[in-house]
Parts: sequence; C-alpha cells; structure tokens
Amino acid sequence: MSKTLYDKIWDDHLVHTQDDGTSLLYVDRHLVHEVTSPQAFEGLRNSNRKVRQPNLTLAVADHNVPTSDRSKGIYDEESKLQVETLEKNCEEFGIKLFGMNDKRQGIVHIIGPEQGFTQPGSIIVCGDSHTATHGAFGSLAFGIGTSEVEHVLATQTLVQKKSKNFRIKVDGKLSIGVTSKDVILQIIGKIGTAGGTGYVIEYAGSLISSLSVEQRMTICNMTIEGGARAGLIEPDQKIFDYLNGRPMAPKKENWDKALDYWSKLKSDNDADFDKEVTLEGKDIVPMVTWGTSPQDVISIDGRIPNPENEADEDRKNSIERSLKYMGLKPGTAIKDVKIDKVFIGSCTNGRIEDLRDAAKIIKNKKVAQHVYAMVVPGSGLVKQQAEQEGLDKVFKDSGFDWREPGCSMCLAMNADKLKPEERCASTSNRNFEGRQGRGGRTHLVSPGMAAAAAISGSLDDVRKFQN
Amino acid sequence: MQKFKTIKSIPAYLPIVNIDTDMIIPKQFLKTIKRTGLGKNLFYEMRYNEKGTLINDFILNTSPFNNSKILIAGKNFGCGSSREHAPWALLDFGITCVISSSYADIFYNNCFKNGILPIVLPEAKIKELSEYSKRKEEIIVNLEEQKITFGNNEIEFEIDRFKKKCLIEGLDDIALSLEKNPKITEFEKKLSSKRPWIFND
Repeated sequence: MSKTLYDKIWDDHLVHTQDDGTSLLYVDRHLVHEVTSPQAFEGLRNSNRKVRQPNLTLAVADHNVPTSDRSKGIYDEESKLQVETLEKNCEEFGIKLFGMNDKRQGIVHIIGPEQGFTQPGSIIVCGDSHTATHGAFGSLAFGIGTSEVEHVLATQTLVQKKSKNFRIKVDGKLSIGVTSKDVILQIIGKIGTAGGTGYVIEYAGSLISSLSVEQRMTICNMTIEGGARAGLIEPDQKIFDYLNGRPMAPKKENWDKALDYWSKLKSDNDADFDKEVTLEGKDIVPMVTWGTSPQDVISIDGRIPNPENEADEDRKNSIERSLKYMGLKPGTAIKDVKIDKVFIGSCTNGRIEDLRDAAKIIKNKKVAQHVYAMVVPGSGLVKQQAEQEGLDKVFKDSGFDWREPGCSMCLAMNADKLKPEERCASTSNRNFEGRQGRGGRTHLVSPGMAAAAAISGSLDDVRKFQN
Repeated sequence: MQKFKTIKSIPAYLPIVNIDTDMIIPKQFLKTIKRTGLGKNLFYEMRYNEKGTLINDFILNTSPFNNSKILIAGKNFGCGSSREHAPWALLDFGITCVISSSYADIFYNNCFKNGILPIVLPEAKIKELSEYSKRKEEIIVNLEEQKITFGNNEIEFEIDRFKKKCLIEGLDDIALSLEKNPKITEFEKKLSSKRPWIFND
C-alpha cells in the first residue's frame, strides 16, 4: 500500500499498537527547556523513576533568559528559580544542558538543527508547540504537554493516535521581497487557525523545494498556527549538506548509513492525502496580520476588514473583538498603521538568513524616531555569525538594539515586553491578545517587512526598499 | 490522577471562539515550578483589570458561575501554546469538564492527563446548552453513559474508548507504558542496528 512520509516515519517508530489504534511510539530526540519541564522532573522524583535515555535528550534555557547583559544573572526571582531548577534537574538526571553563558545557548528550536541534533526521519518532541519547526528536516516533530514530557523522560516513548494526512502544495517561485514567512501566513489565512487540526501537514511543490533549509524551518514552525501539530518536508540534498559536519550529526560509517536511510524518506507518488490545498508562488505577496489570531492576515496593500460584511455570527464577533483590542477601524489601509516597536527574532525568524534579510533593508537607513527596534538573535552561534558578518554594526548604526539570544518578546516571559496599547511589527509567530505584553498589539511580518516598518515608522511594503 | 466522577454543576458559558492558552493562563504565571495554585490566575487578563482588581462582569467572577465545574466555550478551544498550565489552571479553579465544538490537539490531550473531560458537541448542541446555561440550573455530565442531562433533555457525546477508561479509572499513563518495557527494550535493540546513528555512539 502506498504511504505518505508521515505514514513511513510513524511505522518505523511503532513499539506497540492496541486494538483501537492507540500506539506507543519511540522518540529519537527529546528537547527540554525550563518552562515546561520542572513538573515533569518532579514527577519522576516522586515516583522514583529515571530518565531512560539521557543521551537522546538535550536541554537549554531560553524562555526566561535576559537578552541584556547577563553578567549579573537573572533579576526576576521566579525566572531565576526556573532556570536554576533546570540546571539542577539536568545534573541530577544526567542530561546535557547548554547553560545561559554557553555560546551554544539559544532558542530550543534553533539549537536543535544547529547542533545536528535534529535529523530526518526521526521523531522529535519538546514541551513546546513550535517543535513543528524541526519538520523542515523531514522529521516528525511536535509539541507535547508536561505530563507527556515526563512520559518521554521515563519511557522514551509517547502514546499517540494517528493523525490524518494533509498536503499543501506550493508551486512556482517567490517574488522579490516575498519570503517563506509570507507563504506560511498566506497558508494560515487560507486554511484558518483550526484548518490543520487532527492532521499532519506535508509541504510540497516546486516552491517549497526551492527554499533554503532555514526558510523551510519558518514554514514548518508556524504549522501549529494552522492547527496541525506537525508539518514536514521531504528531506533533500540541501538538508543533508546542512547537517554534514554538525557536532551531533552522524559521523563516518554512521553518516553513510544515515544518508542511505534519509534519501529514501519521501511520500510515495500515489500516496493518498485526506486533504489537499494548492497555492501558486505568483499569488503570494508580503503579508501582515491585523487581528489577534494568525489567520487574521492581509496583504500589505490590504485594508482592515469590516465585521459588518461577515455573514457568520462567530466570525463577526471575533473580528469586532480583535479590532477593539487592536485599536483599529474597518477600512483603514494597513500601511497607514503607525507602530511603536519592532521585534526581530524568535524561533520563527531568528536565524542568520533572517537577520541578513532585515539587515539588507535597514543598511544605511535609520529607525524612525518614534520607534524602538530590537534584534534578538536565535542563538549564541547565530549572534556570533552575524557579528562576523558585521550585521550587528548595520543594525546598531541604524538605531536597532542588538541583544543576547533567547525567546524574548515573542512571548514576553522575560523583561522584554510591550506596554498596554503599544503596537509592534514582530517577526514572531503569535498575535494573541496579551502575547507580547498585556494590552500589547502585535502585527506579524517577515524580517524584511519588520525592517521596512522600523524605517517608515508604520507598517510598510518591503518591496519599496529593494535595491 | 483523580478518577473522573459524574459532575453536577451550573455551567459557565464563554462565547468566544479560538480561546488560546495565552488567554487561559498568561505567560507570567508559567514561571512556577509547581502544578498547583494557578486557579486564581485562570483567564487572568479577562478576570482582573490592570490594577489586579476583579472585573465584576466577567462570567467566572459572578455568582454562581464562580463555582462552575463545567465551562462551555466557542470552537477551537485551547489553541496556541502547548503549556499544560492551561489545564492545570482550569483544574485548580475547579473546572473538570469543558464543552466546545472543537479543540486544539495538544490542549485536548493535556486535559486527559489531568482528569479533565473535554467534550466535543456539534455547534447546534452548544447553542442549546449555552441557552440553557442562562437559567443558572445544574446540568449533569455522565462520562460512563456519555450523556449530558439538562432539565428534561439529554445529549449524547462521543469519546475515545481508551481515553474514557483512563479518565474513569484515573490511570497513570507512565505506569501503563512501563508495563511494555520489554517491547521498548526490544525496539531499542532493533533500532541500534537499523538506525545506529540515533544513539550517536
């Protein structure tokens, strides 16, 4: 019977299946961070259980870490306790940890690929919904809750029921100024925030294969914003080249064996998908969100929608609620919306190519006077690379703040947050109410669009700034 | 985990779609290293103003809904972050049953790990129940019989057989999986020859 890539990975990880289809799957890679793990380790201790495979587990503190000077440690007592708890737990249970002052520290979904810990065909989990990111390597990667984190620590397996198969095909080419962030925002706008619920998405088509590894990560990262827990892409030579030589990638004869296995990871030509959606590259333009759900998206040439035009009562109420929260009026051109802050970073857009994209736009220009703009590299190694390329200087010269790596204002658990009614052009992944700070207003955009907004002081079209 | 028993409670209705886990429990409360104590911060930004004072007209702040064990809400409940703090906060507040027309996958699974029953009903039934909730009368959720009783009416609901068993018996997932230890060990043996690079040694 023909199978999808998801079917194949699933089958290769089956430890046991009950009559009703509930299955026990083996987990190859487990990423751990400080926010969703303390209760899991506590649970292990209370039941006198060990971590079954510490060497398949990698930990890092990212959500709570300060992105300013770290020499004084963490100011916030609770954040400090959480980070210290992770350190203690890792020591007690024998788990490798990248500490706050390790240059390999960074956002969990950036360091996994960076270290070669993320590998094709593997099942990767983490107590974080953006684990979907790792699907860019052709792995089955998804977020889990803390009880499941404990389950994986204790058993190296997870109890799952199979999802359905959903293929999203994007053909053609990206136009100038358009990025994979615009592709995924457009997809979410099309399928809706619950469009992928119950499915695993496979992204396919000529445009997807033309993307770089990092661009693919941006797409898979936001799969969860379309409701699907996991999104994956068939691995190809770009993926293998990216992994070759990374510290935790297979070596010598193992590399050859891995490559042989990885090269076969693809959906069969006649595999059945339960749902399919197709997009054309030529129709994809720079996108921006106007509301409080990632599905509330329009093109940068668009206008704020009018709830009165909605027939569906739920949708109408939801638009009204969003507009009230966002302080926006129907019919306003999105380009006329003035911003206060710019945030470039996160597991969606905090990698080196993202910083290069933004730097290209901002070079020799200034951040608008009324705007505070910050860049938070996704990891210590991204930061180091950017500094070697002189990108830090480009950002600083134009008035950007250049920070230490972490999750930062994507979810505002550390000191970086919006004040009530402050409006931000952000390269992160969620524009939920209060996400970047109570009352804060988020517009999701690509790194280039964030840079354009920083210069103009209002949401703007990145294509205007192309050299 | 607590065994799930039949619930009798006046349900609270929150007529909002796409309630995300940031709304259910905002990030500042994720800094805890415990599972308990989050109930007072449930729906924090809707329940309290910026000074931290209770917002009187928010449903869960008004009697009798401040004692509700059942929450009825709009579709795609629990979307966004995987934080299990969301079900922990619901549970700590006293809510052990959520009724909606759909849920985000991770939240849905997290509920079962904490003895919370998430019921899926068609939109029309949600409407019926939410109308009824205005009467401030108790309804009964019986998981054993997969039935909601309100007044003289009944609604049946579907639920995964295994998940139902786990809730009713309050089973410990990890203990169940550890019973399959020989199978896991056997799988690992095969894995080290089939995909040896996984163990990186």
